[in-house]
Amino acid sequence: MAEILHAHKALMSNPLKSSAPLGATLAYLGIAGAVPLLHGAQGCTSFALVLTVRHARESIPLQTTALDEIATVMDGADNLEQALVNLTKRMKPRFIGIATTALVETRGEDMEGDLRLMLERRKELAGVRVVLAHTPDYHGALEDGWARAVSAIIEAIVEPADGTEAVPPRVNLLPGVHQTAADIEWMVATAEAFGLSAVVLPDVSLSLDGTIPDHYTATTLGGTALEDIAHMGRARHSIAIGEHMRAPAERLAALTGVPSSVLRSLTGLGPADEFVALLASVSGRPVPAGLRRQRSQLLDAMLDGHFQFGGRRVAIGADPDLLFGLSTFFASLGAEIVAAVASTTNAPHLAEIPASRVVVGDLLDLEDLAGEAEADLLVTHSHGRQASERLHIPLLRVGFPVFDRLGALHRCTVGYRGTRDLIFEVANTVLAGMHAHGPEDFASAIPPSVGHEESHHAGAPSVAH
Amino acid sequence: MSEALKARIAAVFNEPACPTNNAKTEKERRKGCSKPLTPGAAAGGCAFDGAKIALQPITDVVHLVHGPLACEGNGWDNRHAGSSGPQTYRMGFTTDLTEMDIVLGNGEKRLYRAIKEAIARHAPPAVFVYATCVPAMIGDDIEAVCRHATEKLGTPCIPVNAPGFVGPKNLGNRLAGETLLAHVIGTREPERTTPTDINVLGEYNVAGEFWQVRPLLEAMGIRVQACVTGDSRYNDVASCHRARVNMMVCSSALINIARVMQERWGIPYFEGSFYGISDTSESLRTLARMLVAQGADPALTERTEALILAEEARAWARIAPYREALQGKRVLLYTGGVKSWSIVSALQEIGMVITHTSVRKSTDEDKGRIRALMGTDAHMVDSIPPREMYAQLARGEADIMLSGGRSQFVALKARTPWRDINQERHQAFAGYDGVVALVAELHRALTNPVWQEVRRPAPWEPGGGYLDKAPALASPEAAAE
Repeated sequence: MAEILHAHKALMSNPLKSSAPLGATLAYLGIAGAVPLLHGAQGCTSFALVLTVRHARESIPLQTTALDEIATVMDGADNLEQALVNLTKRMKPRFIGIATTALVETRGEDMEGDLRLMLERRKELAGVRVVLAHTPDYHGALEDGWARAVSAIIEAIVEPADGTEAVPPRVNLLPGVHQTAADIEWMVATAEAFGLSAVVLPDVSLSLDGTIPDHYTATTLGGTALEDIAHMGRARHSIAIGEHMRAPAERLAALTGVPSSVLRSLTGLGPADEFVALLASVSGRPVPAGLRRQRSQLLDAMLDGHFQFGGRRVAIGADPDLLFGLSTFFASLGAEIVAAVASTTNAPHLAEIPASRVVVGDLLDLEDLAGEAEADLLVTHSHGRQASERLHIPLLRVGFPVFDRLGALHRCTVGYRGTRDLIFEVANTVLAGMHAHGPEDFASAIPPSVGHEESHHAGAPSVAH
Repeated sequence: MSEALKARIAAVFNEPACPTNNAKTEKERRKGCSKPLTPGAAAGGCAFDGAKIALQPITDVVHLVHGPLACEGNGWDNRHAGSSGPQTYRMGFTTDLTEMDIVLGNGEKRLYRAIKEAIARHAPPAVFVYATCVPAMIGDDIEAVCRHATEKLGTPCIPVNAPGFVGPKNLGNRLAGETLLAHVIGTREPERTTPTDINVLGEYNVAGEFWQVRPLLEAMGIRVQACVTGDSRYNDVASCHRARVNMMVCSSALINIARVMQERWGIPYFEGSFYGISDTSESLRTLARMLVAQGADPALTERTEALILAEEARAWARIAPYREALQGKRVLLYTGGVKSWSIVSALQEIGMVITHTSVRKSTDEDKGRIRALMGTDAHMVDSIPPREMYAQLARGEADIMLSGGRSQFVALKARTPWRDINQERHQAFAGYDGVVALVAELHRALTNPVWQEVRRPAPWEPGGGYLDKAPALASPEAAAE
């Protein structure tokens, strides 16, 4: 059991967490024909946009209600209405996902009520599905925003099942915020290997996977189709990844009666086995040969790679689910988690992280703890680069944002294949830092300084005075 | 928002040295400069963003953002303003206001404690405290907290009162200038002065590009007292009021600093650019002339002319190998402000053709310069909607687009060469060396075989040559099946 410590301080230095509205934005970006809309000042959108563009290396359709000071004090509803109308006219979305910010939540308005009236009043919004999630920046972080947006989508769009329709061989997949396009591709392909089609909500593997369309679109191109979301009740099972997806999964189950499972992680042999076993039992089919082969490759990678993991001192800073998944993965290969920093406390499983303590804090906490514990590998997002330089230890970039390396969305770290590749990536990082041994590396081989005292004992050769 | 901040914004809008402002009628002037934003169709950063851009390059201070997470959390360490020493400015500090702080009105207390913690750990020469929307709305008085903290803790705490919702980035730049004038510039005396001391205002040392200019100035015998604010230390800026000349490089972003420094300390200023060969030479000449007029040794003029002669020749010689490949290549320039003309002249010097230059954030003076450079204003465009931009590029109306990161993917998805010339870029393009770097970069972009590769038809598309013997397989219909 890890002890959970809160860094009691007024100053956050080098933020580890990203804000909840950004998490909601990322979720909305996984819906087809979508435009996410941040209800706040223009800067809220501008900062989130720039960061997301740097991470995904794609155009990101993110809009703002552009609250100025007067609109903030008077009433943001007018701006919200204008924004919906304007962006519908300009960008022709099929879906608008609204995420609130600290600014509007501080003032406090009946936004659902206002929104309902707007949608009734404005005929030009008739063809657009509009969803609103409450995501004030001061509450939670990326995982919370993502989960709340997914819950809001489920609430608004999924049609309650009446139990009379035949259920096709289909599963619903609810990935967590840290699942990349490549992770989702593996999950879908694995489901398909069992003869199951998959509806993924939200599906960034269709919208942020870096393709070159032959025309310009103002909205997301690809993502979960609204029709597919509506029919999520017609599935055999829903599988959510990460504790932060428990609430959306439960909401979906309550609405549709489709049973659901929450898997805390998909990284590592155990978690991958769990996913595969679940699909086998849902489909009623044996595990296909291709997957057995993948598992065998992973076992071999574990054997080849465990040399680089055993005794490795790892410092990890991440959102709770990612932290949990990575810590268990590293620990399962013999590494020691000498520092674990979580961005928020909104998770039931922080205490189960295989470390003596989990600090809820920022990247400076991570840097301090990693330094004190003489960690030799730092694991966090790109902003860990400063700490990595100061500590002179390599940085494994994970989570969001990864803005100083390419291919963040194409990196698969789940399932047999993704775990295999992650083992190689970590092992190679360690190998790259290895140097030829010199005598100074063997300090422990030098006998304790008894040598000196020996010379004074009775049988020592006498020295002429 | 406090009355004091309202008055300050009104004053900033009524900048007497601003040509745009002067061209306005009294009634227009009273309305201020901020165009109201259109919800659902707005782009660009807020006033806080602008203030931060202008001040963050001060490298040895703590930049502390008072607000909920996103304001700093989504934007820290995101530019490449270079530092020759301290790295404190690259750290992200915020009070990360919680719901409890807001509900219970604990913001000011938390801010004070945060300042104290920052000073205890980092011992900076100053702490810059940025207001954001939420604390501004609930009435946190950051100026009072900063006053109190300065007194109690003995480290200058500088309130930067530019919450995002008061206006756009430009306004934030100006408010940053006001902050420096009110709390920093002139608060310390320089250790030494020389008759050739200058300040460079509005230069942020993006990608380290001021290091392409500084050696030129040093070769002329000019000492840079402060770059405001690129690669600067707090002390440089605090004592920059004894310089002999101010050069303003980023159009009118910090014009208020230049104007007030002239009024208070009699320092003359001019606007110049270090982009392009002739603009660089012109700026060096003007600096020398103004310094001599201020009492510097007249030999400076000769040294300057000799340097210009040698450096221009050296630059042209380094550019020559690229000229043939770049001659006549068409550039779509999508930037704004000072870059809309300074880059135009740089590109024209090497024989490239500007198809359009955007003047979204340009002043009338900027536009006048473009007109003079291009002979007509037919090439000036306001903003190009992304859809139209994509169509233009896909039709091949330009060989390369130069813009900021936002429109990067419009160009790349149209399989068109693109390079970043905005604040987030990683490459330095200033001075003579920068022109050579820019030309080399454009050459690299335009001659990369990747453009032929990515435009080549896929095996299943007609014209690819792979399936000529089986045309049925190469039809789009076959691909769709």
